[in-house]
Amino acid sequence: MNIYFDNAATTVCGDTVANAVFTAMKEVYGNPSSVHSLGQKAALALDRARSDVAKLLNCEAKEIYFTSGGTESDNWAIRSAALTGALKGKKHVVSSKFEHHAVLHTLNRLEKEGYEITLLDVYSDGIVRPEDAERAIRDDTALVTIMYANNEIGTIQPIAEIGSICRRKGVPFHTDAVQAVGHIPVDVKADNVDMLSLSAHKFNGPKGVGVLYARQRVPLNIFMEGGAQERGRRGGTENVAGNIGLATALTEAVENLEANAAKTIAIREKLVKELLKIPKSRYNGDPEKHLPGVANFCFEGIEGESLLLKLDAAGICASSGSACTSGSLDPSHVLLAIGLSHEIAHGSLRLSFNEQNTFEEADFIIKTLPPIIEKLRSMSPVWERIQKGGK
Amino acid sequence: MPAYSKAVMDHFENPRNVGRIEDADGIGEVGNARCGDIMKMYLKIDDDVITDVKFNTFGCGAAIATSSMATELIKGKTIDEVLTLTNKAVVEALDGLPPLKVHCSVLAEEAVKSALVDYYNKSGRAKPKALEDFKVNGDAHDAPTNS
Repeated sequence: MNIYFDNAATTVCGDTVANAVFTAMKEVYGNPSSVHSLGQKAALALDRARSDVAKLLNCEAKEIYFTSGGTESDNWAIRSAALTGALKGKKHVVSSKFEHHAVLHTLNRLEKEGYEITLLDVYSDGIVRPEDAERAIRDDTALVTIMYANNEIGTIQPIAEIGSICRRKGVPFHTDAVQAVGHIPVDVKADNVDMLSLSAHKFNGPKGVGVLYARQRVPLNIFMEGGAQERGRRGGTENVAGNIGLATALTEAVENLEANAAKTIAIREKLVKELLKIPKSRYNGDPEKHLPGVANFCFEGIEGESLLLKLDAAGICASSGSACTSGSLDPSHVLLAIGLSHEIAHGSLRLSFNEQNTFEEADFIIKTLPPIIEKLRSMSPVWERIQKGGK
Repeated sequence: MPAYSKAVMDHFENPRNVGRIEDADGIGEVGNARCGDIMKMYLKIDDDVITDVKFNTFGCGAAIATSSMATELIKGKTIDEVLTLTNKAVVEALDGLPPLKVHCSVLAEEAVKSALVDYYNKSGRAKPKALEDFKVNGDAHDAPTNS
């Protein structure tokens, strides 16, 4: 039995999507660059996928670049804006402290290369303030990049407001919308976005496929030299089947967005209400400006990895921001950025779910989690101290 | 997540000697919550033999499993025997640990030694040579141990 509550990590491919990918692989196998009819069939299918995605994001097909996923899109967008800025003497980038590592590590690299990076605070509610973004923008700012919704705590950022500030100041604005697209309404025009990254496997599409949206007026550098694919900016034979899978998954997700969100939010509210009955527990991030399917908790006195192992033994797949699960000394940079202590951040649990999850599954988690926490606390010297009222 | 051996999972799922000893002869606590691991070891010592041992651990699967294994390895042993216990012995008894988790075994060794130091300090007896220079520093993360 697997109760899968780790949908912010990745999702299962839907049947329609898997069938579309399978069919494309078997029947639309021509190279879109080939002159013959099979090649042209593939080129047409690819065009259709591109214009479907464009429609769903409210942009032009020629503004859609297929990539290998969110990480590539983030790298490409940031690198391109940084290089373009540097040509005009602009070597400053504004971002936030709780971005995904695809963004933060790219910015670290830029810093080593001589760029200045300003990382905005995210406050205890897990939300960036537009006025902070406005204050941080300088004459030499080459790019502002702020994530649409946070992957660990699910808080939604004021993207349209920040986008509007950037537009007014003439600074390119990129958003890593990997967790948002397919789950909440995203419209690149209404959101005043110049570049946007998305990834198919976060909305029941295949892994290894993503999109970079780049507004026509925004210069976009060549990512990979090669053939003339992706308007000459990303060489290499296109992943036709994968891109069709992405378009199919996005179409399904957007068509059912409201109904899916309603069910997912109901599951979240149930989980939050019941799990917060556990003593010394907390829910992380603003509860209103929030993705439907992410709920992040901290339980004092326990450590996240041991919690995940016990949940897994009970058939529940979840994730945590503890150091042991991040493979580093520190717990999640996201939880530290919202002001949690290391000690509390180690005891975090992220449950992420979607419309395919059921209320029965949520009930099972609600029933299973408290005794596990109790057991881990019963052998925890940290919990002993908390009980005694010390630190 | 790291792939743990069956032995690690067994000691994590069914940890041996969990608990506290109210009238312990020596208590050692190592690690810190900042890094996500704290081990607390309680010893009962009679005639230089570890007659009972209990532990409490806040930490990951490997932290709990290494604490548990360490208690098994020292129970019933003489202090001299216990002093030869290294983290390697704990790792081997657990059929190996993922590289990132080896520091947990270092903590387990230090928890035992730290409890022994406490025993000697409390009893006023002279520490054996092996414990004279003992300092808790083993967290491979290089983190401060008393923050």
